[in-house]
Amino acid sequence: MTDTVTQGVAQRRELIAFRIGDQEFCVDIMSVREIRGWAPATPLPRTPSFVKGVINLRGAVLPIIDLGARLGLNTSEPTARHVIMVVHIGERTIGLLVDAVSDIINMSDDLVQPTPDVASDQVKTFVKGLFALDGRMVSLIALDRVLPETEAEAA
Amino acid sequence: MDPFESIKATFFQECEELLTDMESGLLAMEQGDDDSETINAVFRAVHSVKGGAGAFGLEELIRFAHVFETVLDEMRSGKLHLTDEVAKVLLRASDVLADHVAAARSGGSVDEGRTVGMIADLQGLIDQDRAAELGLNEDGDTSAVEEDFGFVPVVLSLDEPAADAPEVDVAALMAAAAAPPEVPTADGAGTAGAPFWRVTFRPKAEMYAKANEAALVLRELARLGDVEVALDASAVPPLDQLSAEQAYLTWTIRLSGDKSEAEVREVFEFVEDDCDLEVTREGEAVAEISEPSFAADEDASASAVEAAAAAPLDLDALLARVSTPPAEPAAPTAPAPEPVAAAPLPAATPPAQDPARLDVAGLIALAEKASQDHAQTQSTPAKAEPKADQKAEARAAAGPATAATPTIRVDLDRVDRLINAVGELVIQQAMLSQRVFESGLARSSDVALGLEDLELLTREIQDSVMAIRAQPVKSVFQRMPRLVREVADMVGKKVRLVMDGENTEVDKTVIERLSDPITHMLRNAIDHGLETPEEREAGGKAAEGTVRLAALHRGGRIVIEVQDDGRGINRPRVRGIAVAKGLIAEDAVLSDDEIDNLIFLPGFSTADVVSDISGRGVGMDVVKRSIQALGGRISITSEPGKGSKFSMSLPLTLAVLDGMVVSAADQTLVAPLSNIVESLTPRAEDVHLIGGRDAVICIRDTFVPLIDVGVALGFRDTPLPPASGVAVLVESEGGGKAALLVEAIQGQRQVVIKSLEANYQHIHGVAAATILGDGRVALILDVDALVTTSRRKAPRIEKRMAV
Repeated sequence: MTDTVTQGVAQRRELIAFRIGDQEFCVDIMSVREIRGWAPATPLPRTPSFVKGVINLRGAVLPIIDLGARLGLNTSEPTARHVIMVVHIGERTIGLLVDAVSDIINMSDDLVQPTPDVASDQVKTFVKGLFALDGRMVSLIALDRVLPETEAEAA
Repeated sequence: MDPFESIKATFFQECEELLTDMESGLLAMEQGDDDSETINAVFRAVHSVKGGAGAFGLEELIRFAHVFETVLDEMRSGKLHLTDEVAKVLLRASDVLADHVAAARSGGSVDEGRTVGMIADLQGLIDQDRAAELGLNEDGDTSAVEEDFGFVPVVLSLDEPAADAPEVDVAALMAAAAAPPEVPTADGAGTAGAPFWRVTFRPKAEMYAKANEAALVLRELARLGDVEVALDASAVPPLDQLSAEQAYLTWTIRLSGDKSEAEVREVFEFVEDDCDLEVTREGEAVAEISEPSFAADEDASASAVEAAAAAPLDLDALLARVSTPPAEPAAPTAPAPEPVAAAPLPAATPPAQDPARLDVAGLIALAEKASQDHAQTQSTPAKAEPKADQKAEARAAAGPATAATPTIRVDLDRVDRLINAVGELVIQQAMLSQRVFESGLARSSDVALGLEDLELLTREIQDSVMAIRAQPVKSVFQRMPRLVREVADMVGKKVRLVMDGENTEVDKTVIERLSDPITHMLRNAIDHGLETPEEREAGGKAAEGTVRLAALHRGGRIVIEVQDDGRGINRPRVRGIAVAKGLIAEDAVLSDDEIDNLIFLPGFSTADVVSDISGRGVGMDVVKRSIQALGGRISITSEPGKGSKFSMSLPLTLAVLDGMVVSAADQTLVAPLSNIVESLTPRAEDVHLIGGRDAVICIRDTFVPLIDVGVALGFRDTPLPPASGVAVLVESEGGGKAALLVEAIQGQRQVVIKSLEANYQHIHGVAAATILGDGRVALILDVDALVTTSRRKAPRIEKRMAV
């Protein structure tokens, strides 16, 4: 269910755009299951700081990743105005904590530009590409990198 | 899956059921039950396995099943008597048969030597001449097997008898009539003078009541060789005296060819008890036979049709009779000799030349007359109807021996989804009630009352859903007799296994994991617990030892007990070994109970000689660990000279856990109750520091590590002052004890286990998560990990780590 932008020919796709701080990002709409308001999470021990904890999503235990922190942005404590995007990553379902969901974008793959070399490695890991939209820059997020991959990394 | 494979899968599923039936029958026989019904049940099971195997060309399975079946057949016909020895051989044969089925299923092969040995043993049961006659020494005569498609009886036994039987019969009859197999020409050319079999076949009413079909039997017989069939319908009374449920017809069949008597009888095996059957070998007097044969001067195909249709003829007469008053219920009248309701038979009105036809004509005439008398005809079916009902009931009552209550096979996934959804429903319902209560609505308001009803309903749904997954422990227990036999053989002891509470139900996930510990405990009981027969006799006990395996429900848990009447635990010796292996100090003071429980220590083995079965010293501690992994406990009680009893108690399900809800560092956590020994409020003077951070607590003069849960999980940096919290004494699977320091105990609750790994990953110190009544997620502590971490003094991992 993850993005296949880089391999596709000029395919049209729908993306969900969201804001973290003053930056704009987007993910493929097909990987988003639902969007819900922030609810206090139960913190998990021995986890990286970007893992906010777990919440109850209709009986499933859903880990919440603070996407801003994951990308190395400055984040503040979540408030009721923050939203959680519930996304599928492979077999897993996780919640991404973002500031706000802003738009649904319909665009074609060939408009995506590769991430320029100026970005740090950490950002390049998660940002698959960039594109311009009405004079704004939107970064396309690679979801499969968002979760800490192994326990070792988490520790 | 291609259709053939799926049929094959069904066959193996059926095989499993058949093998189970067979084994329970054999076990009954071992207890001395030589009732023909039991023997027949076993025979049918083996035969059906063989029949199915024939359809799939599973040669090795067929060959073995054939020998097995032949021996059973000898028994059934009373030529072989049930003795202890015979029962034992048969039981072992059943094990080999199960192996064959398993091998056929997985595509593997069976130990050839074992099979050959078993076949020799089986043949040893019947004397050699008979064996030769029965064709046992040939390489499994598969030809007979393949023709004999043994699936039919299985299917029928599962059907609702009354409703479906006629349909089945009609189809079969039509087939029989439409495609006469190799039914011979009437004059039996070339067979005159040659020896032949004369078979007299007189079905009884019971045979029809069991939905058996004479025509099918005759057709089957026709495959063995040239047959001439004669129907003697002289016993059919006039219609007004005819009882719908009686059998009046007799067939005489002349079968030529060089088949053995066993092969001829095999055709009748499913109906043998419900008919009079004579099979005689005759070498001359052909003419005598042909006399009553109506087929003598007709052409071949007509005779074939009639052979198949002979029985239904009088039914047609009946139909003719009932057709006049149409309001009359035809079906109850129909189950005359043949339960073929409205079969429009091609051979319905041939010229009446033989006794049967004449009679039919008479019947028709009678029927026409009778139909004019309305009152009379009405009374007949009125009588017949309740009878038919009774018959159906009787059939249904006779069925359950083989056919259990109707069941469906459901994917476990679907059930799990349902269980999840219901779990969420319960949580949601609890949250809703809490909200309504908080909103200040009166308790007697409609909303509150409605919610109460909803709560009752949700509980009921939850219980029923959990019951879906619950299964009797029988599926595990039934594998045990074989194990006991094998182990007993290997160690040369005589063992009787008594099983109790096989129908105790427990969650499927638990059942799957019961098998290993039970196996271990049984082996242990036989190998270590029981004495040899000589020792037992010397000790004034019966030479045969008894091992009792029981399951029962107690306090919301399932308890499995394995009890033997052997020598009991030799405490001085156990103690000596423990000291020698350095497991306990030489001067340790231990109670009897504590000594008994030493056998659960890792690396402990009392057997002087390491045997194949047990005694590698990994036995009981493995059992204990696997049981604790399931949230269970195991204990032993023993009395020297009288035996010992292991009992393990397990939760009824792995989806739900009994937990103690505690709070630590503002977090709500759940500790599995199975780990908890006791809880206490520590006094400041009992807590001692070793070094800077690590604390121990003195509980009744024993020092155990004190683990601050909030700090161990990284929720807090500074430890809680011991005196302001509660210490929960826990025991880990490895037997290590520790005290967990928490802020408060909130209570004890059953919680639904939710996996963390499903969406995230494993976290050290956390076993799983659960959802509490307020809808928030709480973590379930992994007590083992906490205890071992503290013991290894592993560097603590701080929570806030850079990426």
